[in-house]
Amino acid sequence: MITLKTGRQVGIIGYGAYVPMYRLKASEINRVWGGFGAPVEEKSVVALDEDTITISVEAAKQAVKRANIDPSEIGAVYVGTESKPYAVKPSGTIVAEVIGATPSVSTADYEFACKAGTEAMQTCIGLVGSGMHKYAMAIGADTAQGRPQDALEYTAACGGAAFIFGERSAETIAYLEASYSFVTDTPDFWRRSKEMYPRHGNRFTGAPAYFKHITGAGKALLEETGYKPEDFKWAVFHQPNAKFPINAAKIMGFSMDQIEPGLVSPRIGNTYAGSTPVGLAATLDVAEPDDKIFVVSYGSGSGSDAFIFTVQDAILEKREGPKMETFIERKEYVDYATYLKNRGQIIK
Amino acid sequence: MRKVKIAGVGLIRVSEYWDKPIQSLFAEASMKSMKDAGIDAVDKVYVSNMGGSLMQDQLNLAAVMADSLGTPGLPATRIEAGSASGGVAFHEAVQAVASGYSDAVMVTGVEKLSDILPEVVTTGLAMAEEQEYTAYTGVTKAGIAAMIHRLYMDLYATPEEVCMMAVKSHEHAVGCKHAQYPFKMSLQRAMSSPMEADPIHMMECSGIGDGAASLILVPADDEGVEVAGTAVSTDYTSIAARQDPLEMKAIKTAADRAYKMAKIKATDIDLAEVQDDFSINGVLGIEGLGLAKPGKGAKLVNSDDVDKEGKIPVNTFGGLKARGNPLGATGIYQLAEIAWQLQGKAGDHQIPDAKIGVAENMGGMASICAVNVLRRADK
Repeated sequence: MITLKTGRQVGIIGYGAYVPMYRLKASEINRVWGGFGAPVEEKSVVALDEDTITISVEAAKQAVKRANIDPSEIGAVYVGTESKPYAVKPSGTIVAEVIGATPSVSTADYEFACKAGTEAMQTCIGLVGSGMHKYAMAIGADTAQGRPQDALEYTAACGGAAFIFGERSAETIAYLEASYSFVTDTPDFWRRSKEMYPRHGNRFTGAPAYFKHITGAGKALLEETGYKPEDFKWAVFHQPNAKFPINAAKIMGFSMDQIEPGLVSPRIGNTYAGSTPVGLAATLDVAEPDDKIFVVSYGSGSGSDAFIFTVQDAILEKREGPKMETFIERKEYVDYATYLKNRGQIIK
Repeated sequence: MRKVKIAGVGLIRVSEYWDKPIQSLFAEASMKSMKDAGIDAVDKVYVSNMGGSLMQDQLNLAAVMADSLGTPGLPATRIEAGSASGGVAFHEAVQAVASGYSDAVMVTGVEKLSDILPEVVTTGLAMAEEQEYTAYTGVTKAGIAAMIHRLYMDLYATPEEVCMMAVKSHEHAVGCKHAQYPFKMSLQRAMSSPMEADPIHMMECSGIGDGAASLILVPADDEGVEVAGTAVSTDYTSIAARQDPLEMKAIKTAADRAYKMAKIKATDIDLAEVQDDFSINGVLGIEGLGLAKPGKGAKLVNSDDVDKEGKIPVNTFGGLKARGNPLGATGIYQLAEIAWQLQGKAGDHQIPDAKIGVAENMGGMASICAVNVLRRADK
């Protein structure tokens, strides 16, 4: 097995998150469709003028502020998403422009279903670890699509988080110990070009997809590094609903206490490429120096990226401003019709 | 006509086999039954399968399954009779040996459902109903069972009394290694589960699972487990065409014929496996087999009589509800479990001194039913 360890040590020097303020309750979906599901209590919904790019910008601006760096020194801005506002035109260029990273910057949009954000993180870690860039920013953000009356409608939500990576120093919030990716061709969920909504294989998305890859990546990284679940203060698992990450934690030997801060899906839904990143952001919001954080994302298609971060003293001074909890609690409920309007799902 | 015995039993756990094709499930169970029988060849293979043409897009399934055994030249036939495929295939396999045409016959049931979209499985289940007047309306299998269930409740039993069929099956599955859901389920949990088709709750329905079970049949030799009686019967496919929708005539007729062949009465039976794909169907199966009078099936289910220590234990490994219901394989699972009981190989599920067991395996809403009676041979 090849563990991703960088040539020079790399860490997070700034992070930011953003969750739109509107919420749709599972009970409202049930009211309309006569269902009885509640894989999450409620999910976040964008305003009419929000999209993946605005979410990315909000998170990126906060990350730059917390990193306290000159944004022109950010050499890469990568946006992981499966809800690009433009089919052809990068989201990253807009984000880079807004935060002041242009023109000496590399940008791209990444797609790997729900793990596009962590894929961008790995790329940034590699670029900084190789010395190619001083700073690199990875964003995972989505305005996820769910077909009306489909199981995904309950969970497909909006939000994201941004992380700036730099060489490990006293300014580092949390440094990377190791990372590992586990990928197979497992078509459990997909959206073809020009289709409005993704399709999925129902229960096929569980054992042979989510759980196989999460545990495949997670167990391999633990084995390689020699760590045990009890060595970690916190853990974050991709959270497509409330149940899967809890079960994944149990299978991997992690407790509810360890995943509790990062488990935000019951209250905001599945933010897809933003899901694991917002979980990590919420965990960094409460972490203390020397805490170790175990992170495993999952993207349909399928694959998982696993990371081990260790928190440093700088966390105490570099997490001012709104926390994930602030965004989660700042909410206004919308009815189903408003939800459809805001999501552009009413065909005029 | 020669007497026939079961010489080998093989099965795999009913589960979700995401990483195995239907051929692998078939081959695994088939090899196990051959090993159990101590033979390395058979004269003929019967493949019982309901949904392969829809779920796997596979016609000519007999050849494809025989191919998985790696022995070209083997005669193979696929039997499809809806959910009764297993019991009907067994009925045919018995005749192949009884007639003297074959000396060693394998009958293997196989079904793979878990990687198929639920709506496709629902369509497949409804395809066992007559298309032009019944399935065409869009009614589901659960929908038809719900009408029967409601009528039964109006006349004979409370919702809880019918629901106990599912609760009892789960009780019997605890510890069963080949069961898909080997856990206890409380009446309260079942009754508070969402409605599948009012008044049928989700936890009163068997789930979707993959499985394969296999039996080897040879001429009897006064040892082991003999086939004492075997019969298949049909009925008007539409419940609307029947004089009494609660009378499952196909079950009753098949049972009467099988008992006559076995020279037994319903009271001689030591244990029974019934088709509890819905709780109401289990109750009506018990009545159809003559184990309870019409309208009294639910009362029997609520008594100790159907328990392991009772007068007539029913679904001793969990039935369709808890052992699992891989459609075309289900009838073979029922017979494999009865064979284990009569061989004294049922472990913690063993019914002491069991001599006669009966399996009721119906397709559609009992538009077809196979009833097979197995008996421990007297030495």
